[in-house]
Amino acid sequence: MSASSVELDVLTAKDFASDQEVRWCPGCGDYSILAQIKKVLPTLGIPKEKYVFVSGIGCSSRFPYYVETYGIHGVHGRACAIATGVKLANPELSVWVATGDGDALSIGGNHFVHMLRKNIGLKVLMFNNRIYGLTKGQYSPTTELGKRTKSTPWGSVDRPFNALSVAIGAEATFVARALDSDPKQLCEVLERAARHEGTAFVEIYQNCVVFNDGAFEYSHKSQRADNTLYLEHGKPMIFGKEREKGIRLIGTHPEVVTVGKGGVAMDDLLVHDERAAEPTLAYLLSRMRHPEFPEPVGVFRCAEEKSYERRVYEQVEEAKKRLGEGDLAGLLQSGEAWEIT
Amino acid sequence: MVTKTQAVAQPIPIQEMETVTIRFAGDSGDGMQLAGTQFSNASAIFGNDVSTFPDFPAEIRAPAGTLFGVSGYQINFSARDISTPGDRLDALVAMNPAALKTNLQDLVKGGILIINSDAFTDANLKKAHYENDPLEGEELDGYQLFKIPITKLTLEAVKDTGLTNKQAERCKNLFALGVVCWLFDRPLDPPLNWIHQKFGKTPAVDQANTLALKAGYAYGDIVEIFPVRYKVQKASLPPGTYRRLTGNEALSLGLVAAARRAGLKLFYGSYPITPASEVLQELSRHKNFDVITFQAEDEIAAISAVIGASFAGCLSATGTSGPGLDLKQEAIGLAVMTELPMVIINVQRGGPSTGLPTKTEQSDLLEAVCGRHGECPLPVLAALSPADCFGMVFEAARIAIKYMTPVVLLSDGYIANGAEPWRIPGMDELPGLHPTFASAGTTGDGFQPYARDENLARPWALPGTPGLEHRVGGLEKKDISGAVCYEPENHQLMTELRQKKVEGIAKDIPLQEVHGPARGKLLVLGWGGTAGAIQSACEAAQAKGHDVAWATMRYLNPFPRNLGDVLKSYKKILIPELNAGQLLTLVRARYLVDAEGLNKMQGRPFLIREIGDRIEQILRGVSS
Repeated sequence: MSASSVELDVLTAKDFASDQEVRWCPGCGDYSILAQIKKVLPTLGIPKEKYVFVSGIGCSSRFPYYVETYGIHGVHGRACAIATGVKLANPELSVWVATGDGDALSIGGNHFVHMLRKNIGLKVLMFNNRIYGLTKGQYSPTTELGKRTKSTPWGSVDRPFNALSVAIGAEATFVARALDSDPKQLCEVLERAARHEGTAFVEIYQNCVVFNDGAFEYSHKSQRADNTLYLEHGKPMIFGKEREKGIRLIGTHPEVVTVGKGGVAMDDLLVHDERAAEPTLAYLLSRMRHPEFPEPVGVFRCAEEKSYERRVYEQVEEAKKRLGEGDLAGLLQSGEAWEIT
Repeated sequence: MVTKTQAVAQPIPIQEMETVTIRFAGDSGDGMQLAGTQFSNASAIFGNDVSTFPDFPAEIRAPAGTLFGVSGYQINFSARDISTPGDRLDALVAMNPAALKTNLQDLVKGGILIINSDAFTDANLKKAHYENDPLEGEELDGYQLFKIPITKLTLEAVKDTGLTNKQAERCKNLFALGVVCWLFDRPLDPPLNWIHQKFGKTPAVDQANTLALKAGYAYGDIVEIFPVRYKVQKASLPPGTYRRLTGNEALSLGLVAAARRAGLKLFYGSYPITPASEVLQELSRHKNFDVITFQAEDEIAAISAVIGASFAGCLSATGTSGPGLDLKQEAIGLAVMTELPMVIINVQRGGPSTGLPTKTEQSDLLEAVCGRHGECPLPVLAALSPADCFGMVFEAARIAIKYMTPVVLLSDGYIANGAEPWRIPGMDELPGLHPTFASAGTTGDGFQPYARDENLARPWALPGTPGLEHRVGGLEKKDISGAVCYEPENHQLMTELRQKKVEGIAKDIPLQEVHGPARGKLLVLGWGGTAGAIQSACEAAQAKGHDVAWATMRYLNPFPRNLGDVLKSYKKILIPELNAGQLLTLVRARYLVDAEGLNKMQGRPFLIREIGDRIEQILRGVSS
């Protein structure tokens, strides 16, 4: 049910720039994400009018105003549910959700997990900055334990959500992580997400310069090699400046090893399998957090599974086959009818 | 023991009655809803006008024999046009002591009381808080009491079908139905057909239910305990093809019809809630009509998905009850701001909070009209009866599409579960609905999503249409362009435009109809599900020569444009409502008239006489 690619004018990033002035703070990670989206959309072979961007509330949720496509800026937490309606009404559309850690995981948590469970064909970009930005600096469901924010002057006592663990727990069929600070990798992940049938969930580490600056500093360019692990399907998990370190599995526990030391060979390293039918490996990877581990980025899971909308429309076709195309007069007269003369 | 009649017995005389009200009452697992439904079906097919009132507990299977576990189904059937399920019972079937205790007060003195005597055990009497067996004392002296060992006779009748005792006992509702069908001379074919359809796949159950029904009928025939049978002649309803319809069925069919006449897919997003769930269930059967049903994870998701589906071009609707409407309100605000068409059905029940889930009330009118933050106007309609739900949901869809607005349609538990005959409209009686979608060709240079037509409706521009890419959302919109805009004057203008658009619908809806003198002493004004009781009470008063007129409203926002003049034509206005005075508040605020309320909040519909009594008092000058 992918959007058709007929005779297309060649589109460029410019075609997706709306006439609205972008109003994020200077230096906000959102700019990077917007730029990559505008770069990716023209490459997908989908006509511009078939894109719909849906959002909830928050800094990230201003996104639809800045792309020249159809869009709905919804109410807080409801982006996934609104987008579900759009996709079910017209599966030909390429429907994207721009949401944040508060929007998706707190006020919209219920919609988020059920969308993933149902595998509705939406591309969901969750800008995770671990803070409430638009309301000016309260802690969010991904804020670290103990963190001081405006609403946690004594430090947060909330255990945070791990967004990817939540998504994988809901058996999401496509789960990925990208960094606003690595546009090339972000672009690749967005492209992969766009081509996935079913829900494609992408967590994007996004820096909030005003209220939580440096939250992901460990993943920035200078420290990235040692603190992140770029996942590649079918490849051993290697990282480090010299590509000398890797991940080995002992029982059900991953450990960081150095290749060539202590008898560790390349063959001992864990090999990534994003297509595994069971989400076990993906879940295990999602548990690897800085600083104990390099944090994996890239595609954790990409399982082939029928989308919800495909199942819905197959049932409509099945009903038509079995009952015939609906005949209104016949329907109104169904049941036991009688004549009065 | 009863002796068998001789073959040469005298035929039992038949007495004609114009209208009869009966009620089946028993445990919530006794199949009373089924017996009642089948009896009303048989009566409707026979040609009577019928009106029904199912009344059941919120518990699915409350502990057997308890007072709170009693389930009842009341049927009023008549040789004339009727508008309520009836005030008092002419006949009561009580399947156990609890059913007798909770229902006897509604039976007229001298009425027929059919009792399953097998159920009057010590244990059951105790559960029903009877100290002595009422069948032995004088308590039932004023009624025509028929004690029938229904359980034993049912077991006897079905003993050869191979069912277990427990299974066999379940057929006793059909035995009772058989007795009542005989007593009121109802045809057996409708229930027999139903049994075959329902149980055809399990022959033993099919056979047992058939045998029980026939045994009950034969019991009436052969055992001469009933001195007389009753007959209610066919009613003279307008000619046409009829079927029996509950309010929730009518809503479902009306939505399918509206979508077809609009040439649109129907998207129905809903979360199960009593008493609205049947709409979701019924619509999910009709996917071959391009019906997409979406059982959402919660009420908010349901309305949110409906907003998305509307944006993408479906005729979109959601259905809920009060608690669900509470949850949906924020999203409805978004629908008002984005000016997208959709129908929001609220099947009202007793509130606040979880309240009385299976009982009726009309207490969400103010919530529908005023329940959102900000100035957030939308049209509010109400259905007057079960069959009226069809036309009103169709009308709600018409207004939604024409004016690009969410529309709330109010039903209630009484209308939703009650049933009446419905004359099936011909296709030519259903108006075409004509959504117009914007296209680049029709909009010229630069699409303006908030430019308005002569009805102040903005264009519906569907994703997928080249050149019309645009964004809508909850932030205030600039007039015409729809861009986000916080300018003070613009907010004032847009607030007024949204209000004017809804007010303008008044020119497009029927004038308020009034029955009776055009001016005079008393107008009884009502809305929604109380219409039947108001009509019956006022017709009775008019027949006595009283100076009273009545009007029942389907349009609650905006009001019909003649309503103010109507109200000023009567010295007194009485507004009976199943709430604490909500229409009363709106009418007083809008027209500054001194109306008086008659307010019932018992989870039950008005009895005709409750309204009739107040009419009499007012006309005699008794103040409230």
